[in-house]
Amino acid sequence: MSRMSNPIPREAIAARLAETGYVADRDLTTALWMMDHLKRPLLLEGEAGVGKTEVAKALAASYGCELVRMQCYEGLDASSALYEWNYQRQLLAIKAREGSGANPGDIEAQIFSESYLLERPLLAAIRREASPVLLVDEVDRADEEFEAFLLELLSDFQVTIPEFGTIKAKAIPRVVLTSNGTRELSDALRRRCLYHYLDFPDVDREAAIILARQPDIDARLALQVARMVGMLRKEDLRKVPGVAETLDWAATLAGLGVEDMRQEPELVHDTLIALLKTHEDRERVASQVTQRLLGRVA
Amino acid sequence: MSALPVMRGDSGGPGPKMRVRLAGFAETLRGAGFAIGQAEVQDAALLLASPLAERPELFRDGLKALFCSRHSDLARFDELFQAFWRGRGAKRATRLSAQGLAARSPRRFEAGPGGDRRTSLPETTVVDAPEGAAAGGRGRKGGASTHEGLSAKDLRRLDSEKDRAEILAAAERLARRMRARLTRRERIRLRGRRLDLRSTIRHSIAHGGEPIELKFRRRRSKPLRLVVLLDASGSMEPYTAFFTRFLHAVSLSFRESEAFLFHTRIAHVSSALRERDPARALDRLALMAQGVGGGTKIGESLAAFNRWHARRVIHSRTCVMILSDGYDTGAPELLEAAMKALRRRCRRIVWLNPLLGRDGYEPSARGMQAALPFLDLFAPAHNLDSLAALEPYLARI
Repeated sequence: MSRMSNPIPREAIAARLAETGYVADRDLTTALWMMDHLKRPLLLEGEAGVGKTEVAKALAASYGCELVRMQCYEGLDASSALYEWNYQRQLLAIKAREGSGANPGDIEAQIFSESYLLERPLLAAIRREASPVLLVDEVDRADEEFEAFLLELLSDFQVTIPEFGTIKAKAIPRVVLTSNGTRELSDALRRRCLYHYLDFPDVDREAAIILARQPDIDARLALQVARMVGMLRKEDLRKVPGVAETLDWAATLAGLGVEDMRQEPELVHDTLIALLKTHEDRERVASQVTQRLLGRVA
Repeated sequence: MSALPVMRGDSGGPGPKMRVRLAGFAETLRGAGFAIGQAEVQDAALLLASPLAERPELFRDGLKALFCSRHSDLARFDELFQAFWRGRGAKRATRLSAQGLAARSPRRFEAGPGGDRRTSLPETTVVDAPEGAAAGGRGRKGGASTHEGLSAKDLRRLDSEKDRAEILAAAERLARRMRARLTRRERIRLRGRRLDLRSTIRHSIAHGGEPIELKFRRRRSKPLRLVVLLDASGSMEPYTAFFTRFLHAVSLSFRESEAFLFHTRIAHVSSALRERDPARALDRLALMAQGVGGGTKIGESLAAFNRWHARRVIHSRTCVMILSDGYDTGAPELLEAAMKALRRRCRRIVWLNPLLGRDGYEPSARGMQAALPFLDLFAPAHNLDSLAALEPYLARI
């Protein structure tokens, strides 16, 4: 960068992420800096396969902290997101002490103690000594009620368990939420979060990603792969190939010893199964289409 | 960028003037439908004092991450930002952004060699004859039953102000009644059977700790969602006022509904319709729908809908309702492809065509022909009776 010195360490953030194998775009580094500065969660949206989850993983790796991941799904409730008592063990404990004449108060104190508490991701995230990265993955899949609950947790970072007491976060976790947009999220949650829209990487960045993940691949091949995938994404496909698919394909081609894709049109066409995951898309990209696209990868 | 002339006061910290400007900017964004609360404005002030404010473009990016909360906000933000900090009025920026939407809408269906791929239509597609719906309508008394004289009158022929007011009120009642029917069905749906240990234990207290009464969990079913796509092109003009009112009532009374307006492009207008006061809602709607020109591009609008909105607004219990006369100036292939993609996503597609009620009308427009095979119900919508006839159908979905 030939500009004057940077007010915020965007390059440093990008470099740290790059060490973990994640190639970030500039806007994302700004958002990540703000996340720390304002202590707000970051909401990432974008199509499936653009690497939303990877951001959280890379963030955790770059801070050298733990990643607590919570996968959301329909019907997710507080007992599977926050905590649950281990009822089976509690019942067992009650039965085992039934005839022993133990003080009921003691039994109660025991069965509602730490060792009978099952920690779920959200509780885990706020009980860590060092602040972890909390990834709330695909938050749009959870119900609206859960969203409201999440919102409360994200503003107070404390949880009250009636039998146990209030647990306050020891260290505020860095929170990353991802959404595929299968449902409209509430305005309240959106407002609470910083927002970043992840797009598919452009050709150069995708080539850089391939090189970061597969260092022994030939740089020219990486560029060709990135170009080819970029063009395929513009075709009218049902499932647009994601970055993970690109990496698979690059690894496949490199493994087969391809150096210049134009030399091996048939091999390229056959290995497209790493990218095109529906029958329709396979049909659509006939070998003539592959040929046509290959003509433009140089 | 020269858009931010003074980022900081002379003292080095953010000047009070700048804070006021910032609050004004937040207010402008709010007016344009951004979800911004007091906490966000305070955080923006924090940013103003942070190193981010040393560079205008960084500051803009920062505000963008803070103030935007959905993909559609991003492009509008830039325009509003420019307009505000350059001292132009925000109104104009809103309009600009409405036009920007058209320019951005993707044309994926034009790309690719798939134009000639006409696959045979799925057997399951049912096209109800319009007579069926009309016959059902005669049998029942809908929300408009007290207005016998009006309910059969074609909506085009409403001359007096009084007629209009009554028919609009009837549209609202109709939308509410539809809601009532739908929700009543809701409660008697599926019940899942998963043992709920937490409440079983809670209830065992009454039996001295023996879990005799087992408690189960039921799966709640999703409420039906109605997604309405309203054609607001010139040819639909006589009906537009009525349908927008209908749309407004639907939006207010259904907890889950989304509304879109299209002519040459498609606009998501749900937020405008959530406004309680009908007059204000229609004003906002008019602002959002600006930029009319050329003919109707149904196919392209639907393709844009599929690409940008469908994933978000359509779930497994969604009924898509298209209100259009089917006059499409785009290629019928495009419409066909878009309808096919839409068909795959949603549970029901209902097409209401106001022309269908006219004597001697045949759905011969090429666009209409292309769309027909994908519809679950193709019904008239030229008067209140025809709309009331839909109600039992929607309740069965």
